[in-house]
Amino acid sequence: MVKKDKGISFNLISRKKLNNFSSSEKLKYIMKEVRQGRILVLEHGLTPTEQTALIENTMKEIDHDTFIGIEMGGYGEEKTSFFQRVFGVIKKPRMTVIGPAHLLKMVHKDHDKIETTIIPGKGEN
Amino acid sequence: MGIFSRFKRGNFSRIIQKIFGKKHAKIGIYGPPNVGKTTLANRILREWTGDIMGSVSDIPHETRRAKWKTNIKIDNGGSSLVMDLVDTPGIATKIDFKEFMNTYGLNKEESRMRAKEATEGVIESIRWLEDIDGVVLVMDSTKDPFTQVNVTIIGNLEARDLPILIAANKIDADEASPATLKSAFPQHPVVPISALTGYNTEDLYTNMVKHFGKKRNKKRG
Ligand SMILES: Nc1nc2c(ncn2[C@@H]2O[C@H](COP(=O)(O)OP(=O)(O)OP(=O)(O)O)[C@@H](O)[C@H]2O)c(=O)[nH]1
Ligand SMILES: [Mg+2]
Repeated sequence: MVKKDKGISFNLISRKKLNNFSSSEKLKYIMKEVRQGRILVLEHGLTPTEQTALIENTMKEIDHDTFIGIEMGGYGEEKTSFFQRVFGVIKKPRMTVIGPAHLLKMVHKDHDKIETTIIPGKGEN
Repeated sequence: MGIFSRFKRGNFSRIIQKIFGKKHAKIGIYGPPNVGKTTLANRILREWTGDIMGSVSDIPHETRRAKWKTNIKIDNGGSSLVMDLVDTPGIATKIDFKEFMNTYGLNKEESRMRAKEATEGVIESIRWLEDIDGVVLVMDSTKDPFTQVNVTIIGNLEARDLPILIAANKIDADEASPATLKSAFPQHPVVPISALTGYNTEDLYTNMVKHFGKKRNKKRG
């Protein structure tokens, strides 16, 4: 673990840990980590409803001087075929990166790649 | 937080139902800030009702409260669509008041106020999403289409099987790349338009009648 006052921590959160959370626990956990200046990569991302809830929570948390919001990049759910749905296959949303907007910046995203930069010089406060 | 803390989700829905009754398709104009949602809403209204929706600005988060007009009829050859149209505040995941100062020259107080109201506007847009029957998702074709806001809006609509029409706006601009938009979201119709000049809006109306006119079984929740 990176020391809190040096550098920016970048945490990879496993599918297993995420699956143990309820939706609201997951959102609380993410917000807490992001507010502490951590960047998270979730092995599987948030459902569309969780995404809107996270944006809504973010808007409530924004205060001009310490928190300007989040940067988030992920992929949506893969489309399931008719037969997969019949057999109850539910695809989970895929990998997602989330961080505080003053530290993490989305550069480019397409079908295969999410490109981000970490804004230097901001990790030390 | 403004009026929202006083209403639970269910109540908000009921209030919206009261405003509109249950008659027409409720179509929301959605998208990130500054993509041209209000410009498009104004054009649609001017063309079909002679009305106007709201103010337009090159400064993001100009629309900070949702605005709506009911009973708008769009004709397209033999078929038509009667809808209630909602112009929503741009959805963002971050709002930095310093950007209003540094990039757009607003003073500190104006900037803080605009940022505060913008956060409430985003929440209002998200709340409206639950009560909408279809979305015109406006994107800026000079920008990267794959933003989180676009992905999140599309994901929410898809989860409820509601129709989405993507308006690839600002096609008049030199850097516009509607092809990138088309390949980004191949599962939804993309109509390149200029809300500013009116270019190709006929095509948008045709698609609106086609996609929003169908009867659908709505999945709620
Ligand atoms: N070149 C060009 N500019 C456009 C077009 N449509 C809108 N604009 C400009 O884009 C800016 C933003 O337009 P708005 O209609 O206020 O955008 P909005 O999506 O409603 O923005 P918010 O209310 O802040 O979310 C304004 O300067 C418009 O003149 C277009 O088709 N082409
Ligand atoms: Mg607007």
